[in-house]
Amino acid sequence: MPSFVKNPKDFLAGLIFIGVAAIFGYGILELPVGSAFRMGPGYFPMILAGMLGVLGAVIMFNGIRFEGEQIQNFAWRGLVNIVLPVVFFGATLKGLGFVLSLTLTIFFTSIASSKFKLWVSLLNVAVLVFFGWLIFIWGLNLPISLWGPWIGGY
Amino acid sequence: MDMNVFSNLALGFGQALTLANLLYCFLGVFLGTIVGVLPGLGPIATIAMLLPITFQLPPTSSLIMLAGIYYGAQYGGSTTAILINVPGESSSVVTAIDGYKLARQGRAGFALFTAAVGSFFAGTISTFLIAGFAPPLAAVALSFGPAEYFSLMVLGLAASVSLAHGSLIKAVAMVVLGLLLGTIGQDLYTGTPRFNFNMTDLSDGLEFVALVMGLFGIGEIVRNLEDEHERSVLAQKVASLIPSWAEFKTTIAPILRGTALGSVLGILPGGGAMLASFAAYSMEKRLAKDPSRFGKGAIEGVAGPESANNSGAQTSFIPMLTLGIPSNPVMALMIGAMIIQGIVPGPNVVTEKPELFWGLIASMWVGNIMLLILNLPLIGMWVKFLTVPYHVLFPGIMAVCCIGVYSVSNNPFDVYTMAFFGVVGYVMVKLDCEPAPLILGFVIGKMLEEYLRRAMLLSRGDPFVFFQRPISAGLLLLAIAALTIVLIPSVSKKREEAFKE
Repeated sequence: MPSFVKNPKDFLAGLIFIGVAAIFGYGILELPVGSAFRMGPGYFPMILAGMLGVLGAVIMFNGIRFEGEQIQNFAWRGLVNIVLPVVFFGATLKGLGFVLSLTLTIFFTSIASSKFKLWVSLLNVAVLVFFGWLIFIWGLNLPISLWGPWIGGY
Repeated sequence: MDMNVFSNLALGFGQALTLANLLYCFLGVFLGTIVGVLPGLGPIATIAMLLPITFQLPPTSSLIMLAGIYYGAQYGGSTTAILINVPGESSSVVTAIDGYKLARQGRAGFALFTAAVGSFFAGTISTFLIAGFAPPLAAVALSFGPAEYFSLMVLGLAASVSLAHGSLIKAVAMVVLGLLLGTIGQDLYTGTPRFNFNMTDLSDGLEFVALVMGLFGIGEIVRNLEDEHERSVLAQKVASLIPSWAEFKTTIAPILRGTALGSVLGILPGGGAMLASFAAYSMEKRLAKDPSRFGKGAIEGVAGPESANNSGAQTSFIPMLTLGIPSNPVMALMIGAMIIQGIVPGPNVVTEKPELFWGLIASMWVGNIMLLILNLPLIGMWVKFLTVPYHVLFPGIMAVCCIGVYSVSNNPFDVYTMAFFGVVGYVMVKLDCEPAPLILGFVIGKMLEEYLRRAMLLSRGDPFVFFQRPISAGLLLLAIAALTIVLIPSVSKKREEAFKE
């Protein structure tokens, strides 16, 4: 973080808001804006993106002017170990099928905890896969195959 | 209030007392109690996780169950607050102050009894308040034009922002961000695709369930994993639950005051259970003859807030049911659930779906009886739940989130959306930006735009229409007042104290 930033939380938050406003601003370029009388698809988002940009700038400016706390113990490991299994689940559910995809997802997730124990995690997998099957597939009839085409299912 | 209320309530009880709805109500309050007991799992995340399941249910049953989770959590949260000084819910934070002290003095039974009875009384009164006040309010709202609706929604957003904790400007920015995310997808009038950035999966907009589960489910797990420490459960023997008459008498006035205060604060946009309990605690402290008893085991400090949080939780349904305006994130989820069921939230719900409206209200009272039974005799069972360590719990939460979000439309893209907003939710919280206002903005966004465009079309592009119509002008002035009051130094200091206390 550059030294002129006194409050990194505000500075970064402001920067993110400005960034999002810019992305939406880019999207508005290809939308008809219309007039205040007959607003086009781009009118309302244009107001919002403008507001967000201004608010972001003020928040960022506050981060330069006023003293504030540092960002503390950002859980990189937790974030990666939680979010990657979610993506894995999305990517493999159709291919591997319910049982294997969920098993691996839960197993990978349990590693995120500093209190990871192999047998607890395996037991957890067994219980969750069973109840997941019971509630969602048997109970709610979700169209998810138990064994996917990647491992010879259908 | 007229005799109609009673015939309407009869209709409602007819709905609520069917075997299926009793079952869903029980399921809701049961889950709510568990959620209330478990720290690190709140009603927002739970309702979000259950949204996909409720798609399969009839609308009335699904709303009955989801509502049960919310007010059930208010009961459960107090149990752990009293017994082990761990508030399961943010609305029970103040209960822990005096409730835990009482438990240490061996009077846990008394505190638990007071909390349950206070909650039950408050729940009963506020059920009747909803029955009495909601229909007239809906009737007034029926005369609203697009300008009034627009201003009403702005007021709702402004009030919820001013009552949120943390920085005001960041909360406003989060609302605007939510509104902006809500514009992704097809334009309502022209069908023009907006902001899909060449991803076909975005052409119908962001999936609400994925957004909520990401922000509150996945983001919350990461936050809880930051510092894992074992919860030590001091298994207190709960001696006698029923207090003496002399003891009971001291709780009557605080319960009445808490119920009244909670009912009023619940109706306000931005209000709800948490605000009600904080306000009730400071009111009891101020009214007490000997305020120094507070913090050392004053029963008023349990009776007042516990009654207030339950009545606040229930009366916050009034603006949601009559105006279609969420006063807090849980109500935003309820509106989301209604939309998914094909019901247009707003004043028409009372007249067009009376069985849903009155069934939901009647179920709240039924649910409160169930909670009384669930909580008092079965208290030992709930304490057992606390011994489930988080590292065993969170893979389950994850699994339900993953399968649930996928099941909405059998589309892996929703799972990726959830993962993305999990990251967003965690990062924003680390930057002191609360995700709750974002959800409110997202839910209201489409309606807000529609009313804005309609109002401007009717006024031929004159933006002063919002100030020329008296009701609309009044609502907007209130919105401005709500935002500026917070900025007044003395108030903003009070606000910070209130949230810290």
